[in-house]
Amino acid sequence: MRTNLSRRKLRDPFVTKVEELSGQNLLVCYQCGKCSAGCPAVDEMDILPNQIIRFAQLGLKEELLASKAIWVCASCMTCNVRCPKGINIAEVIEAIRQILLRQRKDHVKVEELKPSERGDVPPIALISNFRKFTS
Amino acid sequence: MKLSYFPGCTLKNHAKNFEDSALCALKTLDVTVQELERWNCCGTVFSLTTDDLIHHIAPVRNLIRTKQQGSDKLMTLCAMCFNTLKRSNERVKANQEDLDIINDFMYREEIKYEGDVEVLHLLEILKNDIKFETLAQKVSKPLKDLKVASYYGCYLVRPEEIAFDDAENPVIMDELMEVLGATAIDFPFKVECCGAYQTVDKPGVVADRTNQILTSAKKQGAELVVVSCPLCAFNLDHRQKETVAKFPEFKSMPVMYFTQLLAIALGCPEESLRLDLHYIDPKPILQEKGFI
Repeated sequence: MRTNLSRRKLRDPFVTKVEELSGQNLLVCYQCGKCSAGCPAVDEMDILPNQIIRFAQLGLKEELLASKAIWVCASCMTCNVRCPKGINIAEVIEAIRQILLRQRKDHVKVEELKPSERGDVPPIALISNFRKFTS
Repeated sequence: MKLSYFPGCTLKNHAKNFEDSALCALKTLDVTVQELERWNCCGTVFSLTTDDLIHHIAPVRNLIRTKQQGSDKLMTLCAMCFNTLKRSNERVKANQEDLDIINDFMYREEIKYEGDVEVLHLLEILKNDIKFETLAQKVSKPLKDLKVASYYGCYLVRPEEIAFDDAENPVIMDELMEVLGATAIDFPFKVECCGAYQTVDKPGVVADRTNQILTSAKKQGAELVVVSCPLCAFNLDHRQKETVAKFPEFKSMPVMYFTQLLAIALGCPEESLRLDLHYIDPKPILQEKGFI
């Protein structure tokens, strides 16, 4: 993959917004990779949790907004409790999801779920899924 | 202490086995709990973005209801309710400005919330208030020879600020199982996420986790797994159907709520266990051990 870095990207309002919504200082991360080492969802991820932080530091907005990884994270908080720098990685990923959801770019289309998908699962599953994946 | 009780969205339907068994056990222990008269869904997940106050309204409204029935302690059974209610409570307690905005939004409520309700989970009430020693004396049917693995999942133990046990190595449910006479089985996936709400749009991901978690528990010798979350229960029990389809070598095993084993040990009637709500029937193992 070819990635272009630029001052423009570094200063993109996207970076500020991610920091603001997550309440995290992205530059604190020194890329030890502990978040990715313990993440139960890495098998399904195209960009690993530590890479998500790195991409966010560098303002690689398009890559992050198009990634599958942000929707595979279930906010289980394992990365947060293990980060030696005290960064809440789950909050950073939530911020990226929120940037999309606040533009009505839903990940789950409720009307497209089959009756069995909607009917067989308990309310707790539907409510949490819609809270996380729809606007 | 006067204890209010918050059931949440799933304990009146899919997880009725969780509620009925817990309430029967508490009655046997002479602990009175009063269900909130007008509770509303907590939202199931704590809002993680800094500016999103609207999703703290639902949790805080339940805390107002708690005060309205003259209580300052709110008991939860569901791990997700516990997490959401407690985290919202901690957020508004630490941010007066947030609390003022939320109170102002709910200006028609008779009372304001002042951060004066404590959110508790039944497990910590059993350990800290009722005490395991007292509980041990009330066990009428010890769970002899039953090997149980306790699965904690995410929201009882993470983040550390709201947890009542170690985030990496919680033992409270294992201790409870030993008090009830069972043999607690430790296993490495006890705090690994089950995939949670991915179960709606990515059930295959949940099948992977269920395979990993239950196979590990079984390998350590567990005969059944106990949980404290209706979403974990659904994923680990009902999603075994998808798990077997994806992993033909997977061996199914029963998954129960810790309160069902508590109710059995305290001599509650079988009706309170609602064993009909399980996908993998726990009756054979319970009958084999002579518990039902």
